Amino acid sequence: MFGNYITIPHLLVLFPLLAGVLTFFIKKESSAKSFSLLAVMITLLISIASLYFHNNKELSGLTFNYMWLKSIGAKFSMALDGMGRLLTFLTAVSFPIILIAGYRSSFKNANVFYGLILLAQAGLMGVFLSTDALLFYFFWELALIPIYFLCSYWGGEKRIAATFKFFIYTFTGSLFLLVGIIYVYLHTGATRFSDHSFSLNAFRTVILNSSQQNFMFWLFFIAFAIKMPIFPFHTWQPDTYEQSPTSVTMILSGVMVKMGVFGLIRWVLPIFPMAVVKFDNVLIGLSVIGMIYASLIAIKQDDLKRLAAYSSIAHIGLMSAAIFSMQTVALEGVVIQMFAHGINIIGLWIVIDLIERQLGTRKISQLGGIAHKAPVLTILLVVIAFANIALPLTNAFVGEFMMFGGLFKFNIWYAAVAGLSIILAAVYTLNMVQKVFYGNTNALTESMKEISWNEKLVLMVIVVMIFLTGVFPQPIFELTKISVAPISTIFK
Amino acid sequence: MNAILLTAVWGIIMMFGGVFFKSKQTPKYWAIAGLVIIIISNYLELKTGLPFFDIDTKFMLAFNSFNLIFITIALASTLLYFLLSGSDIEKVGDNVSEYFALIFFVLCGVCLSATYNTLLILFLGIEIMSIPLYILTGSDKRNLKSNEAALKYFLMGAFSTGIMLMGIAFLYGGNSDGSFFINSFNFGEGKLPVFIAIGMVFMLIALSFKVSAAPFHFWTPDVYEGAPTVFTSFMATVVKIAGFIAFIRLFENSFGKVHAQWQLLVSIITAATLFIGNLTAVFQQSVKRMLAYSSIAQAGFMLLAVFALNTNAMQGLILYSAGYSLATIGLFAILIRMYDYTIDGFNGLAKNQPVLAVTATIFLLSLTGIPLTAGFQSKFLLLIAAVRDGHQNWLVFWAILCAAVSAYYYFKIIQAMFFKEAGQEVQEHGSIAEGSTITTGFKVLLILTAILIILLGIFPSILTDSLRF
Repeated sequence: MFGNYITIPHLLVLFPLLAGVLTFFIKKESSAKSFSLLAVMITLLISIASLYFHNNKELSGLTFNYMWLKSIGAKFSMALDGMGRLLTFLTAVSFPIILIAGYRSSFKNANVFYGLILLAQAGLMGVFLSTDALLFYFFWELALIPIYFLCSYWGGEKRIAATFKFFIYTFTGSLFLLVGIIYVYLHTGATRFSDHSFSLNAFRTVILNSSQQNFMFWLFFIAFAIKMPIFPFHTWQPDTYEQSPTSVTMILSGVMVKMGVFGLIRWVLPIFPMAVVKFDNVLIGLSVIGMIYASLIAIKQDDLKRLAAYSSIAHIGLMSAAIFSMQTVALEGVVIQMFAHGINIIGLWIVIDLIERQLGTRKISQLGGIAHKAPVLTILLVVIAFANIALPLTNAFVGEFMMFGGLFKFNIWYAAVAGLSIILAAVYTLNMVQKVFYGNTNALTESMKEISWNEKLVLMVIVVMIFLTGVFPQPIFELTKISVAPISTIFK
Repeated sequence: MNAILLTAVWGIIMMFGGVFFKSKQTPKYWAIAGLVIIIISNYLELKTGLPFFDIDTKFMLAFNSFNLIFITIALASTLLYFLLSGSDIEKVGDNVSEYFALIFFVLCGVCLSATYNTLLILFLGIEIMSIPLYILTGSDKRNLKSNEAALKYFLMGAFSTGIMLMGIAFLYGGNSDGSFFINSFNFGEGKLPVFIAIGMVFMLIALSFKVSAAPFHFWTPDVYEGAPTVFTSFMATVVKIAGFIAFIRLFENSFGKVHAQWQLLVSIITAATLFIGNLTAVFQQSVKRMLAYSSIAQAGFMLLAVFALNTNAMQGLILYSAGYSLATIGLFAILIRMYDYTIDGFNGLAKNQPVLAVTATIFLLSLTGIPLTAGFQSKFLLLIAAVRDGHQNWLVFWAILCAAVSAYYYFKIIQAMFFKEAGQEVQEHGSIAEGSTITTGFKVLLILTAILIILLGIFPSILTDSLRF
């Protein structure tokens, strides 16, 4: 009987959830650490298995349905489509990287730390898998709670205030999303059990006139914009990234911000096409402003963590601009870039964390000449830095190229202004590489040692993935094409 | 029917039992035993529809699934309250048995005000519920604050009772049938008759007093703070939700047909209650006082049910009563045992008492309305109800903004427990008050309560689907 019920989407959520709960009860730090590592590895295997089911018809196959709240028509339904598969794979692959990279650091109350990390993974998986609006909202919020505790307990000096700001921001945004969901829900058609339905299909086929769309669009958009974050909702982000423990920053910037991008593609574009067309200039304008603004600030940053945070805002800005250009090629580019950016930014964080742990500072002005002391680290970092600027042959190039292509089709001027951000990215990234890694060593960086096996391993994996998907992006294309096609047909 | 009679009888047993009970602990066990019997008998009535006693009430009482489920929730919450805080009731004073007897009388009033079918029974129910509470509020005789609270509560209560009686008189006078039955009002066409309108507004005011809705909430913080904390817990939960059931039943049965005419008035009261409750709670340093304001804020959310008055509202209110009571009773049970009632007193609790801190977190998350807790599902249903109604969209946004504010003060306690170090005084003394012990049984109960909240958060249909309209 279980054959019908246990499916891959199901496993991807439930396995980390159960493992997370179990981890709370493992008192010994080393056991908790190895148990959680084992758990994320198994999740990765499940996710790889899901990639082999080449049933890429949109949202069919690998689905799971269960009547949840009959009287209001909510279902416990999950499905894996191409985009979902790519993002669950990103989630599955980034957690082992994050845990291995931090394998030698030790935490107070390690069992709770690793338990919460696994719970966060379960929440993220749920967001990418749900095909029911209420379930989506559930996971959307649940992913936030473990992150809140992780940042506030293990973070830096000003962690409590920074995390609280982050929490209040996203919680307020989520409440708008909730009301938006309720409004759309009350316009959906009847089902067998209830007068309305929360299912994704019902939401996509809902009939709304343009004023309703305009109104509900903003309710959804604000929640996603805060999470991504899009200018001017970004002010929580640098503080939170700076104050969080680095493992959590990796989760936040590598995977969690993708929730917002994903939400826009899955829950906004197909439901409110008229509103998107109506507000396209405002939305792309905000995104482009955010890109340039964040890039300029990144140039001025002295703190490596803040630099990476602002660079992340710039990249996300490009993604949202591409989404609202409503071009097929741009949307495909966004999905590819979500994956690529996740990998690259995690790589960058790993290097920053390494430097901070060894030398006790993140200030660019205090560093220099690390290349003399740690050549392997430097080579690996340079590759990651190139990927951050989206040079050809790296994974980010494919996505950014497609996104700019779409933006160019939409309006050449937006593309031109947004294009500046590539130059700015090169400025701040190469400037950082030059000042931190080259030049002469100083008293502080004399003590820098070469990286150890676990860090070497994860950085190697990241670099291999950067090249692999940069040179041979075909498999990812195939995953994205089919999930993007039905959305882009709406806008034709 | 079973619950009304048995609570009254058991109250009398407890009162006279006081003479015979030798030890201070005995009344608690008797009370728990009695309550279990009453819950079982009420449950049987809910399932079979047949009471033990076949009494002809001449339709003055109505028993349907909504009322009976609500009574079950109220009784079950009280049982949880006895189990968690029963030993703290013993510490209030010497007349332990009387305290329990009074609580049983309150429960009798709760049952009456949940099942009334005529205005007279409503009045009786509200009074039977209120008078024992005045005594309980003042039961800490040597404490001036307790005395003040009791007097204030009594005067305010008497005042609102007067208004309610006046309202009943107007309704009776304006009713062409000349009856007290709540569904008997004849409005005719067009506008409300003047007497009925005045009566309705008076009833609205009186009931707003009872559920502490703004601008009739001023007594609440002082009374809640002055009363012994164990009784505050009871007042803020069971009694408050009983007021809401009385509220919604009156407005649904009597004035449901003229919903449009009073909806704006209720929406203004709702908005004011949400605003005042949440905003004032932000500035409180004492957790007890903060919970008093938060109970006003939560009442504001529950008023959305009266505002919308549809199926979702009924389901939401039932769920809200359960989720809110469980979380608040649990939170108060922990608060009673704290050494320091200010937010700083919670600093470092996670280190000293991890079980208390984790369960308190779940209660607070439920009050905030985070998914996976009963609090989320109930807020969600009430929001659906309000949006579905569709008349006052601004109120929905007002409600969510206020809910976002509520996250601020609830999370301040979570921050204190987990992320802050205990201060000098708390460190020397310990977080827990002298004379209070945290037994394993207490912890297990708290964990069970938290699990129940999460269960209701995942499967709210346990409660909502058994409602039949």
